[in-house]
This record gives sequence, C-alpha cells and structure tokens, in this order.
Amino acid sequence: MRISSVPSQPGTPRLQMFKRFRASIPFAAALFCSFLAPRVGTAVEVTPEVQAAEAARIEVLAKICPSVLAVQSPDGQGGGSGVVISPDGYALSNFHVTKPCGDWMRCGMADGRAYDAVIVGVDPVGDVALIKLLGRTDFPFAEMGDSDKVQVGDWAFAIGNPFLLATDFTPTVSYGMISGVHRYQYPAGTLLEYADCIQTDAAINPGNSGGPLFNATGQLIGINGRGSFEKRGRVNVGVGYAISINQIKHFLGHLKSGRILDHATLGALVSTHEDGRVLVSDILEDSDAYRRGLRYDDELVRFGNRPIRTVNAFKNALGIYPKGWRVPLSYRRDGETYDISVRLAGVHSTEELMAKLQNAPTPEPPQPDKAPGPDKQPAPGEPQPDGSQPDPSQPKTPRGPTPPILPGAPKTQAMPDHVKALYATRHGFANYYFNQLERDRVWTNARRRGDLSSLTGEWLLSGQLTMGGEAEFRLTDTTARCTLPGGEVQIDASGSLAGVLDPTGSGGLLAALHQWRRLLVTGPDGMGDVTYLGTLPTGTISKGMTRPADSDALADVLVAASSGVESRFYFDPQSGDLLGMELFSQADGDPCELRFADWQELDGRWFPRRLQVRYGNEIYGEFQFTKVELSPAVEK
Amino acid sequence: MPTHSTRRRRPLHQPLLILPGRFAPMVLLALTAMSWQWLQTPARAKAAPLHDVIQSTQPKIVKLYGAGGFRGLESYQSGLLVSAEGHILTVWSYVLDTDEVTATLDDGRKFTARVIGADPRLELAVLKIDAKDLPYFVLGNSSDADAGTRVLAFSNLFGVATGDEPASVLHGIVAAKTRLEARQGVFETAYRGQAFVLDAMTNNPGAAGGALTDYQGRLLGMVGKELRNSLNNTWLNYAIPAHELAKTTDDIIAGTFVKSLDEIDKPERAWSLKLTGIVLVPDVLTRTPPYIDAVRGGSLAASTPLQPDDLVMFVNGRLVQTCKALVGELERIDRADPLQLTVVRGTQLIEVQMTAPPDQTAVP
Repeated sequence: MRISSVPSQPGTPRLQMFKRFRASIPFAAALFCSFLAPRVGTAVEVTPEVQAAEAARIEVLAKICPSVLAVQSPDGQGGGSGVVISPDGYALSNFHVTKPCGDWMRCGMADGRAYDAVIVGVDPVGDVALIKLLGRTDFPFAEMGDSDKVQVGDWAFAIGNPFLLATDFTPTVSYGMISGVHRYQYPAGTLLEYADCIQTDAAINPGNSGGPLFNATGQLIGINGRGSFEKRGRVNVGVGYAISINQIKHFLGHLKSGRILDHATLGALVSTHEDGRVLVSDILEDSDAYRRGLRYDDELVRFGNRPIRTVNAFKNALGIYPKGWRVPLSYRRDGETYDISVRLAGVHSTEELMAKLQNAPTPEPPQPDKAPGPDKQPAPGEPQPDGSQPDPSQPKTPRGPTPPILPGAPKTQAMPDHVKALYATRHGFANYYFNQLERDRVWTNARRRGDLSSLTGEWLLSGQLTMGGEAEFRLTDTTARCTLPGGEVQIDASGSLAGVLDPTGSGGLLAALHQWRRLLVTGPDGMGDVTYLGTLPTGTISKGMTRPADSDALADVLVAASSGVESRFYFDPQSGDLLGMELFSQADGDPCELRFADWQELDGRWFPRRLQVRYGNEIYGEFQFTKVELSPAVEK
Repeated sequence: MPTHSTRRRRPLHQPLLILPGRFAPMVLLALTAMSWQWLQTPARAKAAPLHDVIQSTQPKIVKLYGAGGFRGLESYQSGLLVSAEGHILTVWSYVLDTDEVTATLDDGRKFTARVIGADPRLELAVLKIDAKDLPYFVLGNSSDADAGTRVLAFSNLFGVATGDEPASVLHGIVAAKTRLEARQGVFETAYRGQAFVLDAMTNNPGAAGGALTDYQGRLLGMVGKELRNSLNNTWLNYAIPAHELAKTTDDIIAGTFVKSLDEIDKPERAWSLKLTGIVLVPDVLTRTPPYIDAVRGGSLAASTPLQPDDLVMFVNGRLVQTCKALVGELERIDRADPLQLTVVRGTQLIEVQMTAPPDQTAVP
C-alpha cells in the first residue's frame, strides 16, 4: 500500500498524515463494527439454504393442510383427526376415534367449515376407519404415497388436532424425523395391532389419532394412532407410530364395502429356533397352508414378498393383509425350498369379532389397576410389554381437554335425514348402504361389456383342451353338462350345489360354470345374496399363483351366496371384464378356480374364448373355445 | 482522490494497489474484520446426506438385555461399539446386574456380554462380546458440541427394535452444555461432570447407553439415564460428552483401569469380613448384592462412616457386584496393607479406609 505522494506541507509532513488518519478513524471503526455486529446480539443472518427449505415447507403445508380433518362426535364430545383421500369425500381415521362417535360424526376442515360424515367401513384389528363426508364433490384431498419407500432419516409432518386444542378446526402441524420403519406394536388383546408401522419423533399426542403423516413432499404415508408412553403420562415423549399407507391400500376396497373387517392369519404359528431360523411351531390341519403342503417344523423363508428372518418380521409381513388375501410363501424342508400360494383366513370368526366390539366400548389398552370406565378421550396408548404401570406416585399429567357437556344436550344426537340416506344396517357391516353402492357400481361397469340378460336359453361352448381332446359344455338354467375326453357328466343345478364336485377332480367345474352363466344372465339380483367383498389381487385366480401379491393389479370382487355355495367373481376395475371366479362348494376346502382370457366380440358383447380351471395344487384343464352359441329364451 | 499531476503510470515493479492515504487504515481494518468473520463461519465442507450417516451409524449401536422387567424397571438398554473386537460402552445400571447380559447387534446376531469394568462416578460400564471386524466409534476422535449443534440420538428406546431391526433415530439440538445440578439429591446420579442438555426426547426407557452424534455421524456423547429433577419434577434429556468418558473407557479396555484378577496371588494372611467388623446381608440369592447389614460395635468399620444399608461397590478400586465377589476380593489383600472400600449410599459415593492393627494380623 502506497501513500500517494502529495506534496506535503513544508515542515509538518507527519502531522498532516496523522490528521488524515485520525479523520478516518470513526469511519473505519464504524465499518469494523458493522462486521462485528452479527456476533454481538443483533439479528442473525439466515442462510439462503435455510430460507429456501423453510419456503418449501410452507408451500407443502399450504397444499396438504386443507385435506386434514378434526373429527368429533355429533354432540362435540371427544374426537381426533382424519384426512380426506378423494374429492367425493372419503376420509381415513382411526377406529378408536370413530367408534366413540358412533355411526356419524362432524368433521371440521382447515378453512373453518364443518361437514357431516357417515361411517363407511372399519378395521378394528388394524385400527383403521373409513368415513365419507357429505356436502361436496370437490373436497381437497391428500395424495397417497408409497410407505415402502420411506427411510429412517426422512422428514415428516404429523398434522391433526392434538389435545383437541383447535376450536376453529385449524390443524396443528408438528415436524420431525422418521425414527424407524417396519416396526411392530403389540395389540391390546387382538385389536389395535400396529404391524409394519412407521415410527416418528414428530409429536403425536392424544387428539392426533386418525390424522395423517405426510412425507416432505406432501404425500400421505401413514395414519397416526399410537405412541409409546410410560413415566411421563399420556403425552408425547418422542416416539409415535403411524399405520403405513401401503397397509391401508390393501384394505381400502374392503373398507369401501362397508364391512367390519378382520385381519389375516396363516393358520400356523411360527417361532425362532435357537439357531436363528424361523420354524413352524404349530399348524391347523384344515388351514389352506396345510393343504398347500406346509408342515410342522418347516422353515419359513419368504412370506408375502419379504424375506423372513425373525418372528417380528413375519408378524409385520402378515399384519398388512385383510382376511381372504392370497399371498406367496416359501418354505424349506430337508434342504429343498418350496413355493406355494396361501389363502389367508380371518383371525376371528364373525361372531367373535362382533362380540369383541360390543365388549370394548372404547378400545383403550388394558389398565390392570384402574377400573375400566367410559372414557371418551381419543387415546393413542400402548400396553406396557411387561404389564407394568406408570408409578402412581408420579404427578398426574395433563390429559386432553374435555369439551364441557352442554346442559340438556342429548348424549347421542339422532342421525339427520341427509346422513340417514347413506346409512343402512346389516349384521357384520358398519354401513351396508355402501356395500350396495359398490355392488351396483361393479355390476354397472361389467354390463358395459355386454348385456347378456336376454340369453336365457342354452349356452353352448365347445372347443379343445390344450393338452389334447375335444370339450363341450352345455349350460341352462337348471342343468350343466360337459363332454370331455373322459366321458360325459351332467349335474342338476336346480337345487343345492353344495358338495357337487363334478366332473371328478375339478372341484365343481360344472357348478361354477352354472353360477357364472347365472350371474351374467340375471345379474346380482337373481343370485340371492350378492355383496361386494372389496379388492383382491388378480393373481389370486391367475396362472402364476406364486407371483408376488403386491405387484398384482387389484380386482373388484363380488361374493354370491346362493344354491348352497359361495361364489366369488373377480372384475377388472377399469374394463369391467369378469376375469374369473372361485366356487367354494365346501366350507373348509379348496375352491374350483376359473380364469377367463382371450376376450373377443360376440354379437356386440365381449366374451372370453379361453378358460383355465384350477383345483387345489393342480391345473384341471385349459380350454380354447372355437364355437360359442348363446341362445335367447326358448319359444314354447 | 488526489487529482494533481503527480499521478503517474504504474511501473511494473510497483504494487498493484495504490490507495490514497486516508482510506488506508479503514481498508486495513475492514479487511481484518472480514477475514475474521470468514474464519468464524462453520466449515463449508460438503455435508454427507443424512441417510448415509444414519446407515453407517446404526450398525454401531447394540441392543442390551439383562436384569429387570419389573414395574418401571425395564430389562433392556442400549450400548455403542467402541472397538472392532466387540467392546461396548454403555451406562452403568441395574440391567447389567446379571451373569447373562445379551447383546444383539444390528444384523441380529446375539452374543453373551461380560462386564469387564465400570465406573459409577462416570455412569459408565464397558462390556465385551466375542466378535471381530465390527463397525465402531473411535472415542478419542469424538467431536465437541455446543448450544445449537444439531444432533442425532441412536438408541433402542422402549425396546422397539428386536433381532435384526435397527435402533431408533431421533433428532434435536444441544440446548446447553453445562454441569448437572450439584445440590444433593436433586438428580439421582453420582455423575457430576459436564453434560449436554438436549432439546430432543432422548432419555426414555431403554435409551441409556445410546449414541449422540452430530449430523455428520461424529460421536458427541452417550445418552444418559432417565433422571428426574426432584425439585421441579421435570425429566431431563441429557448425554455425557464422549471426551469425559474416553480415558476411563480406554483404561478399562486396556486393562489398566484395575489390575487383572489373575495377576494377584492370595496372600498368606489376608483380610476378612470378620476382621473389618462388617456384617453383610445373608447371601441367599445366586447373586446377592453386598449390602451392609450391620457394623459390629468397637470394630474397625465402626470407626469409619460406614452404616447399615450401604452397598459396597469397590474394594481397593476393584468392582464387586456380589457378596461372594467381595469375600473373594478380601482374600486377595494382605492384612498388612490398608483396605479401601467405596460404598454407595443413595446417590453418594463414600470412600473409607481401614488399617488392621498389628496384633490382629495373627488371628484369621
């Protein structure tokens, strides 16, 4: 640094320079201090990255908060949270939130408006409930994500109404990290089991139950419902659990059917051997797994598309399926690995399930020292694994605020008419109205492929078996006859078809074809009791039975109980094609499975030309129909 | 700016910057301030993504199972690996008070763990499992943290993870680095050193012994026990800084914390309980903790502060967990040498020393 040479005043060069220096000191000091200032207690400068992250969160929240609900019973008691999942108003919540509300409830949304909602279907074991909001067809709704893609360390939003503190329904947002995935939380008895759930340290408190867990981009990845509590009472201590959205996707069709649902059981117990292998420790002989070949002491290797190394892993893999799902399983015996596909029965019988619901007015976890009392608080709680209780000498922790009961208000309000219009009772159903709605939807869609109702005469299907030989089927209202290389068989279909397994080895092929024709001609109304089951993987009735169930498309399933047998019909949800069916002519036995393919036009209707028949572990036969004649009513 | 004609073209050997005199000092000061500011800002090294940090850290966390399983006393806690051969650092607690402590690794492998040393003053214990090539934290390389440091806490709180399921991860920040309230009885712990007080719900059942790291996965400390402040009834979330634990842990691992039992021969005339005048509780369990039942009047112990209900913890600096172990230790100390006992009374550690009078050395 050079000082430019200024002709200095004669005699005082140094004084001159010092004067200039001195003059600039205040300015320099000010400049110096301005650099120091941030470190001395004034505003902190926020880096652009932090500001951008905050702006992104604000944007995501603006998108997702409108879909979050504050769920309350009609008289304003209790409640929890929920989330809308489709614009016509279907919404998810917890079973333990909706149960105390009854069959209808009031839901507040972020914009302050409240809507009536009616119960649709419930899953008490998995603690999920589906409700439907009334009054709009354009509700803001949440986009479902993929909970299998969630990783520990991801950021998440838990949104809802903790402690019921929002009197204007504005949701509360808490933000945190995913602490664990594929976690298992023990049920209270057999209800409220959280298998394969997501663990987060985003604050989940009483009142958050039933509300959504979103990932950082705003996709719905779970429904919050439980937490680990112990010494500090029923307030969040950093550990909350959410039901994974992928599990709910398995149940969504079943929930829409309006039923009271049950979870799946394998019909076998597994335990860990001391060498670490997971072995079958008990198995029911009338279970589907036994019929498929699984035995005591077999080593469980894979279940439902996952490797199984611990009993917890098995419980997680099993806990996400509804009763009736069909799932691939691999087991090892004497060094050989076997791949099978197992139908999962229900954990409870229908009566057991109904009894459990009656006896547990509010599904709180068992508290051995306290007398069970009517408690309307939504309480995500956890039974202590060792049965221990929080120390009673601890100070009482604050429970969620209980809105005061207005004097004179009825305890349960009568259902208003516009809600009653969407409600119907039937044993085994939370709301039978929606079952009829779905059944009619499926059938109307199927009808688009062709109306066969006028073809009440004889149906003739003839062609070849792929393994060689001629085949012919003749079907009427009262008879079914087939001519195969092995001979001719005819059944009388006017009475009960129970136990009618002709032709031998087919498990009831003729009975199945008879029921199939009857459905296509008369529709559900002519079939006795026809209900909508829900959605099941199309792989349940396809050739490749050991394909992973999760990669399968889902089919709409109608269940018909008529002529003494149960038939299940699988429909493509988009096209409406009747893809196939199962006929259960015995209660505890394999069904006769039919799969249709090779759809071609026939007089303006789509009709299959190919039929595969499967029974037990074998393919009974594959037929290619070269001639199809469907006759209208016979003139007398 | 000077405008007179003396401004000249810059010759090559002249400096690049020519500043007028009056601006020189402030520019100098400004440059100093700016460079100081730049030096203060945090390192701008590229941060490892959080998922990678978590994935590489979870295998260093151990799930421990031992004694307990009663009301409010879980039989599990967490630990962290500090050597490739399976040394585990954890919190000294009742869970370790059994011969059968099981350690389950992140990949599901189960091992029997042995307590090889403990220091209740630091709330630490070191276990050993028989393994090799394990991922581990290097205690000596631990980072320091201050208020505002963002942290991750890895532990098996509430015993959520079993088998090959990974430990849970929570996030938060260090709220303060300070000493715990030193007043007697406020916190039920003998630890009086520095602690990170955390704004994160880390201290839950089963979390003790877990690892506290920064967002880069560098070890900051060990998650502490569940402590309740008896004055205001609040629960504390805290971790013990790794540098407070490093030396003792290394000494225990190296075997230099206390001499190995095998190196000690039994002397001809050794100490005994009778000589001290201490009467222990009846040794009726498989592992009876060495509580003092009575102190005989007029005995050596009677002249020390020892009282009934004191729990003997160290004999000459060596840990004793059972009556049998205490008797065995006494047998190895020559009567001619002084005897030091460390006992626990409530949250206090009391050290006493006894010397056998010369005439007692003849009588067994």
